[in-house]
Amino acid sequence: MIKFTNVFKAFPKGGLALKDVSFHIAKGEFVFLTGHSGAGKSTVLKLVYAEEPVTSGEVRVSGFNVAELRPRDVPMLRRRLGIVFQDFRLLEDRPAEENVAFALEVTGARRSSIPARVMRVLTQVGLAAKAQAYPRELSGGEQQRVAIARALVNEPSVLLADEPTGNLDERATRGVFQLLRDINASGTAVVMATHDLDLVRQAPYRVIELQEGALVYDSAVDEPRDQAATP
Amino acid sequence: MNLTIREALLAFRRAPLLSALSVTTIAFSLFVVGLFGLVAVNLQDALRGVAERVEIVAYLLPGTPIESITLAEKDIEAFPEVYSAVYVSEDSALARARAELVEFRDVLQELERNPLPASIEVKLKPRFRDAEHVNDVADRLRGFGFVDDVRFGRDWVEKLDRLRQIAAAVGLVVGAAFAVVAIIIIGTTIRMAVLQRSREIAIMRLVGATNGFIRRPFLLQGAIKGMLGGLVAVGLSYGAYTLINRWLIQAAFFSTVQALAIVGFGTLIGLFGSAASVGRHLRRV
Ligand SMILES: Nc1ncnc2c1ncn2[C@@H]1O[C@H](COP(=O)(O)OP(=O)(O)OP(=O)(O)O)[C@@H](O)[C@H]1O
Ligand SMILES: [Mg+2]
Repeated sequence: MIKFTNVFKAFPKGGLALKDVSFHIAKGEFVFLTGHSGAGKSTVLKLVYAEEPVTSGEVRVSGFNVAELRPRDVPMLRRRLGIVFQDFRLLEDRPAEENVAFALEVTGARRSSIPARVMRVLTQVGLAAKAQAYPRELSGGEQQRVAIARALVNEPSVLLADEPTGNLDERATRGVFQLLRDINASGTAVVMATHDLDLVRQAPYRVIELQEGALVYDSAVDEPRDQAATP
Repeated sequence: MNLTIREALLAFRRAPLLSALSVTTIAFSLFVVGLFGLVAVNLQDALRGVAERVEIVAYLLPGTPIESITLAEKDIEAFPEVYSAVYVSEDSALARARAELVEFRDVLQELERNPLPASIEVKLKPRFRDAEHVNDVADRLRGFGFVDDVRFGRDWVEKLDRLRQIAAAVGLVVGAAFAVVAIIIIGTTIRMAVLQRSREIAIMRLVGATNGFIRRPFLLQGAIKGMLGGLVAVGLSYGAYTLINRWLIQAAFFSTVQALAIVGFGTLIGLFGSAASVGRHLRRV
């Protein structure tokens, strides 16, 4: 599903953001990506959705060879992924349902099929009642649910979440996390970058930890650690 | 409604001032081009009138037998450039002089001998009415043994040629300059729209929109602005034409095809302006 083989990433300004990173995430898995700030979590995700070019090594994502992807094939890759961010990234000038519909429209989905699909995902994230609300009329947790609905509406095989709970209070965090678990339970792989170690400890999921761009721990490969995931 | 069309139209609501600005600048650029066009159209009409009078006169030696003249007339009419060749006898030349030169009627009346030579007046087909062909035909006329002299408004013909060329060149240069200005302005307004919506574009990309899909509403928006600008320009030109017609001179307006060409040109300007700008900025945003 997602396979990194000896991946290096150097930014033009700044040193190596990823050093020789290798891992394999299978279909339907739930994986935490942890590490200190600047460890390279967002960079790993950016390589997955081809936001940044791979410096060296191989990145494969559901059949795509990302390192050698032509620019015009990038949209095709992204339609197979759902992406969620800490800052939600909703369009302020349109209500929740249109924010979700937007993701379908850009992929050229049949127009008549759109309203039903939008309502289905909004129901799934528990926001059917607020379909007509604008982002500014929604709480942070609710906005993140809209963003998750948008990520899900194309029925991706992987959901990438970069600190999806970073801006939320504890209650909203729990709600969003539970939603991600439900999504995973229905078969979608979830890769979640986070530094919320409470969340990580709470769930029995695989943990990949980065430190200064190097993969230092992968619970699928290494001995289990009973203390904190971060030393 | 289609998403592309909806987004393109939304742009006018989002930034009405900016949209009005770009439509107005295109309109004025095309208006100036249109004014030159009107001048060109009218100059062309006027020149056609003058050109019609371009003729070559071959004066004949006295005493040339009428049979030779009739034959020559046939020959000349068979020249590919020639529209008509008409024989004017000494007598009819005199009669015409009497009729046209009223002031000298008395003098002409008292003549004992007709001083006017017979001639063949040759008119060329419209597309041959330029210096080169006139010279060419005149040379061939000189080749007839009984032709005494060949006259034509050589200077006239050459000046006419030059005038026509200058009008065409000025129109082309000014038109091109204004088209470039309009393209830059449209490009700038589209660029502002792109920057204004860079967040939205980034999100569209994230959910898998192709560049073509993102570009389309901007292109449509540019084309619509260009088309509106073209329509306004034709309207302004018509206004100017009406004023000129009423107060200055009798003039001609564009034909429907020419007016449509201005609108079409505006649309193309809008399309190219936005294509250049969006293409460049999509790579950066
Ligand atoms: N566009 C960029 N240009 C240069 N350097 C960059 C760029 N993006 C990230 N970096 C660098 O790469 C390293 C890893 O950054 P990254 O954003 O992946 O960290 P992170 O683990 O997501 O951190 P955080 O938890 O704060 O989000 C950092 O040192 C950062 O400065
Ligand atoms: Mg990050």
